[in-house]
Amino acid sequence: MFYKSEKDTIAAISTAVSESGIAIVRMSGEQAIEIADKVYRGKNNKRLVCQKTHTIHYGYIADAENVIDEVLVMIMRGPKSFTGEDTIEINCHGGVYVVNRVLETLIKNGARPAEPGEFTKRAFLNGRIDLSQAEAVIDVIQSENEYALQSSVNQLRGNIKNKISDIRAKILYHTAFIESALDDPEHISVDGYGEQLRVVILELVSVIQKLIDSASDGEVIKEGIQTVILGKPNVGKSSLLNALVGEDRAIVTDIAGTTRDVLQEHIRLKELSLNIMDTAGIRDTEDIIEKIGVDKAINSAKESDLIIYIIDSSVSLDGNDFDILQSLEDKKSIILLNKSDLGGKIQVDDVRIEYLERHTNFKEFNIPVIEISAKTGQGIDELEDAIRDMFYHGQLSFNTEIYITNMRHKNALIEANESLNKVMQSIDLGMPEDFYSIDLMDAYESLGSIIGESMGEDLVNEIFSKFCMGK
Amino acid sequence: MKFSANSVWENKDYYDVAVIGAGHAGCEAALACARLGFQTVVFTVSVDSIALMPCNPNIGGSSKGHLVREIDALGGEMGKMIDQTFIQSKMLNKSKGPAVHSLRAQADKAKYSRKMRQVLENQNRLDIKQQEVVHILTENQKVTGVQAFSGAIYSCKAVILCTGTYLKARCIYGAVSMNTGPNGLQAANYLTDSLKELGIKMYRFKTGTPARIDKKSIDFSKMEEQFGDERVIPFSFTTNPEDVQIEQASCWLTYTNEKTHDIIRNNLDRSPLFSGKIEGTGPRYCPSIEDKVVKFADKERHQVFIEPEGLETNEMYIGGMSSSLPEDVQYAMYRTVPGLENVKIVRNAYAIEYDCIDARQLKPTLEFKKIEGLFSGGQFNGSSGYEEAAAQGLIAGINAARKLKGLDGIILDRSEGYIGVLIDDLVTKESHEPYRMMTSRAEYRLLLRQDNADERLTKIGYDIGLISEERYKRFLTKMKYIDLEIERLAHAYVGTGRKVQRLLHDYGSTTLISGISLRELVSRPELSYSILSEIDEDRPEFPGDLKDEIEEQVNIRIKYEGYIHRQLRQVEQFKKMENKMIPEDIDYDSIKNLRIEAVQKLKELKPVSIGQASRISGVSPADISVLLIYLGGRE
Repeated sequence: MFYKSEKDTIAAISTAVSESGIAIVRMSGEQAIEIADKVYRGKNNKRLVCQKTHTIHYGYIADAENVIDEVLVMIMRGPKSFTGEDTIEINCHGGVYVVNRVLETLIKNGARPAEPGEFTKRAFLNGRIDLSQAEAVIDVIQSENEYALQSSVNQLRGNIKNKISDIRAKILYHTAFIESALDDPEHISVDGYGEQLRVVILELVSVIQKLIDSASDGEVIKEGIQTVILGKPNVGKSSLLNALVGEDRAIVTDIAGTTRDVLQEHIRLKELSLNIMDTAGIRDTEDIIEKIGVDKAINSAKESDLIIYIIDSSVSLDGNDFDILQSLEDKKSIILLNKSDLGGKIQVDDVRIEYLERHTNFKEFNIPVIEISAKTGQGIDELEDAIRDMFYHGQLSFNTEIYITNMRHKNALIEANESLNKVMQSIDLGMPEDFYSIDLMDAYESLGSIIGESMGEDLVNEIFSKFCMGK
Repeated sequence: MKFSANSVWENKDYYDVAVIGAGHAGCEAALACARLGFQTVVFTVSVDSIALMPCNPNIGGSSKGHLVREIDALGGEMGKMIDQTFIQSKMLNKSKGPAVHSLRAQADKAKYSRKMRQVLENQNRLDIKQQEVVHILTENQKVTGVQAFSGAIYSCKAVILCTGTYLKARCIYGAVSMNTGPNGLQAANYLTDSLKELGIKMYRFKTGTPARIDKKSIDFSKMEEQFGDERVIPFSFTTNPEDVQIEQASCWLTYTNEKTHDIIRNNLDRSPLFSGKIEGTGPRYCPSIEDKVVKFADKERHQVFIEPEGLETNEMYIGGMSSSLPEDVQYAMYRTVPGLENVKIVRNAYAIEYDCIDARQLKPTLEFKKIEGLFSGGQFNGSSGYEEAAAQGLIAGINAARKLKGLDGIILDRSEGYIGVLIDDLVTKESHEPYRMMTSRAEYRLLLRQDNADERLTKIGYDIGLISEERYKRFLTKMKYIDLEIERLAHAYVGTGRKVQRLLHDYGSTTLISGISLRELVSRPELSYSILSEIDEDRPEFPGDLKDEIEEQVNIRIKYEGYIHRQLRQVEQFKKMENKMIPEDIDYDSIKNLRIEAVQKLKELKPVSIGQASRISGVSPADISVLLIYLGGRE
């Protein structure tokens, strides 16, 4: 079985991410301060290692050259910290994306994502929490573990799980072949297998890399769907926003930060959360398109997960509409026909025809079109259902993009690829075949942690079921 | 024969330990106890079958060769015996990495058996007794002695069960079924009930063996001859390599074909395996030929190895074609194989069923959790193979002796040896077939090489008391030579002289721009320590009998340093969990938040450490966290 080391430096976001403007990323372990120094940019090249314990420092977090956020960093040296180890707390300005980026940067620089309850566990094991609190700690760990396992495995939609299972099956098969030959060299020969394996590994590495690349999208989904509302002036973007916010819904506005120029609205629908981008523009002026033009709006749409395109159904479609329709291609989109209460000139069919005319390679028009009245609230429920269907059941499985929704998953994918790259190195160096299986099985195990499966007797079973052993 | 209570009497000879069975496990167990100072009696149903090899005529093989080396390093006997009785020897996987090199020798079976019998006979404090043991006697869950079939009672403080495949054994082929042990030997029909009365859970396993055939009836011209290695490497670290350079016997390779497979397929209904007459579970790694034909139907042929059973017999073993088909089908199928057209069968192939235990009832010391002083080893524990048996017998013997001395048991962990992996798997994991060692079962196999078994275990064997002072000193000398030589190579630089460049060029290695240490050159994949000897002017002379071993170690340690280092780091992690011991009196029910399934498994298996607990199926990582915290709180 595979153990996470107690010596590792661990990191996690330690505040609820979506709600507050300020979020804290906490890091604990021997290398905490050292790692923080790699990403912290203070005044006059200030170094955190040289600072006193229990002090707070203003500065920036940067991933190499890219500044991510303006932060306050707090240093607490062990044993006088919650965990009893050297601890760093980074106060970010929040925003789901930014906080995740900060955490990711720490991981890139040597920390690993904390297991559920791990800070508390360390605190206990280092004697920072007394015995009476032990049971509570156990509660936390057991429940968080169960939750984490459940949610992280459940979050994996069928096709991701299948994809990972496929990769694992391939790794297992090739390892079993090598192993069967090693165990029974007189019956099975593995000579020269490296060249064959190289092809397989190259393919697997690229599949896994795609999963890693899609992981940042996946994180957004978990924390909130990046949404852009497109539409000409006065089509009702602001009314829609108000309708969405409604009585039982919360609207949270980020404090405008000095380092950010993009404002977001964070909206919670029933079980969905949307990060609506550029809402400042929409709310303040209602004429964002006039100001920056369709092109710029479409550009920001490119970075989103969902485009909501509002058409004023009481006015005929024009060039601007056609441009937007043209751009709705590989993104998940929903088209709203607003002002249905005023008796629309435009019908669903009109939109369909215009769309298909601009996408001659498409046979079908798959974008949901919903008639709403932002004023009366009619159609809002349908809109919510449509978003939910799109992100939680339906559309995604048609889609080739794969979302990995958890940073731990991403880390496991990266580990798997590192192991596979080591196999490639062994092949390149002309190492004997038995060296390959060691790293192959590490990759197998890393991937297994994503779908909640351990190695157990898999290899031995595979050897016997696929290869005929002697005697 | 029927056991009669009327003949009960008490044998007054003094014994500390009784070993039941004198197969490969029993021999090692008995020798270990006697050598560690205890009066020992070893029971066998037939003195003539001490250390019998009832199946294949070899010792060693992939991962099994590792076990023999480890047995030897700990002070066991098997390696020395095979070095004296082998008739052919090969290092398997020689073209692969050092971790999977494995020695395998063809044995002269009769000679092996005789030699081992002599060692037992000549061992101080060890008595051999031909008797079937029918009862284990206990008081308050503690062993007090054994009772033999004759009625005789032998008092003792520890018993080691090494009954192999003899308990309620039944041999079967076709419709023929005999209640005998292997080779027609007497089965032991009473002990199972006595064990069940003690509350021990029994399994029924099955295995099988091919026919033995008459050499005179074989046409070798239709087969490929298989030779041994030119330079033989001994199993035992105590054997002088020059003593094993003997004239070797040959084995022969031939193949089954579609005709063979047709005959098998057409007669499957007459196989006791497929008709349900055999209830025991067979091993997947040595399937009968009928299993192979059914399971791998698309394979056009299977290899068949014809191996001599010894030098003083004409019997040959048909490796790869074990079977329990009826006698007439056996004749028909063997005679389809090239070279065997007119073959005469001396002994029929058969399947054998026998009682053994669920080894999860044992502690890692191989003592029963429930019964103090009762130990067990070998096929009785659900393993298979001579080497697996011997390894367990040795550990059971050592630990019985240590128990009597009031010392803690010896537990090798998974990072110390294949023996550790073997025993940990047996006592921790559920298994429904005879367990065979495989290199893929060892997580740290780069460290657990057959070539460094002495480095890993000689010190332990010495501390136990099975390695002599002289041997230990010799071992220390070897280690010192290795360390010094590696150190020297790190500081021995070669320049860009013609001789050096020439050598590098000849071996396809990049030539030098500036000076480089020999150590760095050794680590190049295309070079080796021995290749570099001609440009290494200051290379020291090593003692003759250690020379090969020292050079090999220097080469391996330098070449695979990176990989070895990585595994060492993993072992560090692993050890932490292994060293977190779970007290015997732990009350799992009182630990809030362990899942019910985990509580049940932990209560049943009573793992000794957090590490072992984590390998129990049904215990999750979260449960382990809970346990860690609970134990942390207790401290």
